[in-house]
Amino acid sequence: MFGNILIWFVIIPVIMMAGLGLCRNSSMNAIRAVMVVCSTALVALSIWLCCDFLHLRAMGVEDEMLYTGSWMWYAPLNIHLAVGVDGISVLMLMLSSVIVFAGTFASWKINPLPKNFFLWFALLSTGVFGFFISIDIFTMFMFYEVALIPMYLLIGVWGTGRKEYSAMKLTLMLMGGSAFLMLGLLGIYWHSAPEGGQCTWNILEISHNANIAVEWQYMLFCFTFVGFGVLGAMFPFHTWSPDGHACAPTAVSMLHAGVLMKLGGYGCFRIAIFLLPQAANELAWIFIILTGISIVYGAFSACVQTDLKYINAYSSVSHCGMVLFAILMLNTTAMTGAILQMLSHGLMTALFFALIGMIYGRTHTRDIRQMGGLMKIMPYLGVCYMIAGFASLGLPGLSGFVAEMTIFFGSFQDSDLFHRVFVIAATCSIVITAVYILRVVGKLLLGPVQDKHHLELTDATWFERLSTVTLIVCIAGIGCFPNWINEAIQFSFKPIIAAIQGAVL
Amino acid sequence: MDITLPILILAIPITMFLVLGIGGVKMSHKMAGILGILGLGTTAVLAYIVAFTYFFSGDANFIIDGVRQQYQVFDVTWLAFTQKLVVNIGFLLDPISAMMLVVITTISFMVHLYSWGYMEGEPGFQRYYAFLSLFTFSMLGLVVATNIFQMYIFWELVGVSSYLLIGFFYKLPSAVSASKKAFIVTRFADLGFLIGILVLSYYSDTFNFIQLTSNPESIFSSFGGATFMGASALTWAMVLIFTGGMGKSAMMPLHIWLPDAMEGPTPVSALIHAATMVVAGVYLVARMFPLYCVVDASLTFVTCVGAITAFYAAVVACTQIDIKRVLAFSTISQIAFMMVSLGCAYDHPIEGVHYAGLGYMAGMFHLFTHAMFKALLFLGAGALIHAVHSNNYTEMGGLRKYMPITHWTFLIGCLAIAGIFPFAGFFSKDEMIAAMFNRHWFWGAWMTMVAGLTAFYMFRLYFMIFWWEENPHYKEHKPHDAPWQMSVPLIFLAAVSCVAGFIPFGEFVTYNGEPYHIHIEPAVAATSLTVAILAIALATVMYRKKNDLPAKVKNICPGLWTAAHHRFYWDELYMFITHKIIFNIICKSIAWFDRHVIDATMDAFAKITQKTSYAIRGMQSGEIQTYVLWYFAGAVVLAAITWLCLI
Repeated sequence: MFGNILIWFVIIPVIMMAGLGLCRNSSMNAIRAVMVVCSTALVALSIWLCCDFLHLRAMGVEDEMLYTGSWMWYAPLNIHLAVGVDGISVLMLMLSSVIVFAGTFASWKINPLPKNFFLWFALLSTGVFGFFISIDIFTMFMFYEVALIPMYLLIGVWGTGRKEYSAMKLTLMLMGGSAFLMLGLLGIYWHSAPEGGQCTWNILEISHNANIAVEWQYMLFCFTFVGFGVLGAMFPFHTWSPDGHACAPTAVSMLHAGVLMKLGGYGCFRIAIFLLPQAANELAWIFIILTGISIVYGAFSACVQTDLKYINAYSSVSHCGMVLFAILMLNTTAMTGAILQMLSHGLMTALFFALIGMIYGRTHTRDIRQMGGLMKIMPYLGVCYMIAGFASLGLPGLSGFVAEMTIFFGSFQDSDLFHRVFVIAATCSIVITAVYILRVVGKLLLGPVQDKHHLELTDATWFERLSTVTLIVCIAGIGCFPNWINEAIQFSFKPIIAAIQGAVL
Repeated sequence: MDITLPILILAIPITMFLVLGIGGVKMSHKMAGILGILGLGTTAVLAYIVAFTYFFSGDANFIIDGVRQQYQVFDVTWLAFTQKLVVNIGFLLDPISAMMLVVITTISFMVHLYSWGYMEGEPGFQRYYAFLSLFTFSMLGLVVATNIFQMYIFWELVGVSSYLLIGFFYKLPSAVSASKKAFIVTRFADLGFLIGILVLSYYSDTFNFIQLTSNPESIFSSFGGATFMGASALTWAMVLIFTGGMGKSAMMPLHIWLPDAMEGPTPVSALIHAATMVVAGVYLVARMFPLYCVVDASLTFVTCVGAITAFYAAVVACTQIDIKRVLAFSTISQIAFMMVSLGCAYDHPIEGVHYAGLGYMAGMFHLFTHAMFKALLFLGAGALIHAVHSNNYTEMGGLRKYMPITHWTFLIGCLAIAGIFPFAGFFSKDEMIAAMFNRHWFWGAWMTMVAGLTAFYMFRLYFMIFWWEENPHYKEHKPHDAPWQMSVPLIFLAAVSCVAGFIPFGEFVTYNGEPYHIHIEPAVAATSLTVAILAIALATVMYRKKNDLPAKVKNICPGLWTAAHHRFYWDELYMFITHKIIFNIICKSIAWFDRHVIDATMDAFAKITQKTSYAIRGMQSGEIQTYVLWYFAGAVVLAAITWLCLI
């Protein structure tokens, strides 16, 4: 079991927790050491995995999932701990490890109770990594829940503002989503053995063998898509996002917007569409409408916000809407775009939230009306914020552009009027995004200094620089050299596209 | 051709950007300036070598039987959307891209040199040079693009460099809002461009320019007669792509950002907002020209937009008092000239005569000459502003005695733009107007009138600055000519403006690569010269010495004058739409809806749950009597139901 590289993605966070448990609450350095060592190990592991994966693919291994392993966990219900990754999961694992790494440095001086904070943070990452390596729906769901619960405490204890309300709201709404999801997953399980054999939770087995009746697919598709869609901030189930992000501490916002919201997109893709292709094909239009609304609606809402975190939360609604929108287009190019957008959004939102945390830590306000001219005072943070903004509005050379363009060109493949109208509506978001990003940049960074007290503030420290540079390098890396990602994930869509085309025939 | 030179042409500016952008903080101003100038000088030399090789080497890649070829020096995959739709990054050499390489690097080098004097001692000097390098990189990438998507990529990069440079003095709120405006307006136009590319590539399955333009009829047929709202899909695609060009080239109604863009440092205005970036739209139309010819409607659209813009901008330019604004509107008007010229070029023989060569060639020729003399005028304006510390030419006057170099070079620029023989503008403008007359007499007459207006407002500007009446402040603060870094570019560009007209441009740049022999059409030349001289004479009478004639003219129709002075209220209209309607009505109501309807519904679930549990918690009272009462009540109800069922 321990010979499987994937298991280590869960074991390392567990070691992290154990290590943190051994630290004394007051020894900040020991806590930091554990976090840095383990998160670096995770980054190294994910890079190694990616290289090895690309190597295997280059050798001509065309299996759907690589590094598969399966260990019985609970025989009566046939629950396994089954792991396996394809290109998409590999990328998601890399994204998660980079954000955990950056998040560690962004919360270098967390206060109070640093040990407990990092313990919950590590538990959250355990859930995230476990989710991406699982190919057994049950364990996937379990890890998903593991990732959700720490959020409540992280926001409720270390948050700011109306933290109890927001923590409660976020947790309850996501739990509501999970309830739908659980129903959907159970339904898939009970229909996974059409000829009366052993039911299974394994994604690969279900996709190969099961032939779920179309009527059931309709219902189960709606359950699973809505369940994951809540996490992916789909209109109208997105309202946890602004409040939740606004109150969450920096590293939690980073991990939540950066990775946890990707769980939604990934789940929709891996379960709702892959396992229920017929329903996906026929019901996609409902969710195209909802996600299309998300894209434009989130962007318009972001234009009038005055709280930096609210602006970003709404922009996340818009960008994550783009992820689900692209997935629903059910073709390879658009789905590739969705994956790119997940990576891009994950990195750039993490960067945004990290920077907002750093700015808030200095000015003690997030209201853009009370700030101005920060570029002069903290040029490093200002430049980083501008880069994040440019990534968000889709400047070529940064990741957002590649992702959005792939989505637009992919989505434009469907030639009927319905799709066209929504694609063109979605493209309009590039203008609205430019409006709200430049509005914030103009008010926050440029212009005259608003508050005399801000003149005494300092620029970024070394750990803040490390955190932001890591993310910026990844953003620019994807933006300048996007094609290797295409190559990494090119095999991943084949089974899904085949399933969808099979469903059409 | 060896690919090292083309790669270096792109690599040097971007490296300079990174070096100056990241390491600039630690450099001295002098060091950063020298690095920037050297980097760009090298790029310019390389670009000259490449262009020279292309035009004169006679290599079979570049010219076959006297016909210039399009040649992709390299073309590597950057991102594959689908099997067929692959975005490449490459380097295309053909007559227009080679010409643009020369124009961009020349002007950019002049501006680099000039800025060394102009920006001396400004905070952020290193940043300034970094942005200039970024801009040069993007613009070079744009012109050598092998495919329309590469062009779009660099198009956006050009937009962002323009944003950064307009907002260079970021502590000034006016600069911040001008840069924002420029970016958003052009972004809006780029949306059209993007949708145009989406439509075009969906049907034609390619981004590559050579594939798109070498056989436009087959592209047309690949659309399979698809139509939308009565026009063919290809027409829509081409018009939408042209929208992108309208944004960058400041055509009506997307021109509003350009006058405000003058908030940037003056050398930037010279480089970006007069000579190079703003002609990107013209370049785009020229690049896609064969496809525009296939669908006449889109070409007519180009002509009409150009003609209206040219006239509008010329009228507005007559009433502005900010020197840079006059030049900005004159830029808009001149670019519109090029658009009309391209629009009047026509690939199909009309009545047996093949006119295509002229309009296209003349448009490109004017692009070339205009870049030179407009950069000259802007740099001259920079020298004036540097000396007088005001953009307003009512605060200038009589400067010819104090600043002779600036005066003479500026005069050459004015003569060139007015189209006086033998300056550069005369030749290119004459060809353009001849092409317009060939298409239809109306376009020719209309644009001759605009040319007359051009001569008038340019000489109004000239006389108001250098003659009119001396500003009394000169006594305390005597204006003087600029340092050598600024004078050298002025003199160089003035020299080019004097001689550029004699370049046999048709030998180098034509729409199909075959040489075209320029010949002056006497009738057209005589008419436009007469009009220009009359206009200059009028300007001389009105503005040479201080008199009350201008005020009288203004009072003939004060309403019109005020409207023109306020640019016919376009900015106010846009402000109304964006602020009042989009921001206040749409955005605010959506945000309100989100908080008070959607979120309130979610909260309502929580509140109802809470209320319900408060309401029913009394039942769990812990009093045994109450429980017994409920127990009996339940038992009675159950018994009653059972009994009812049984009977």
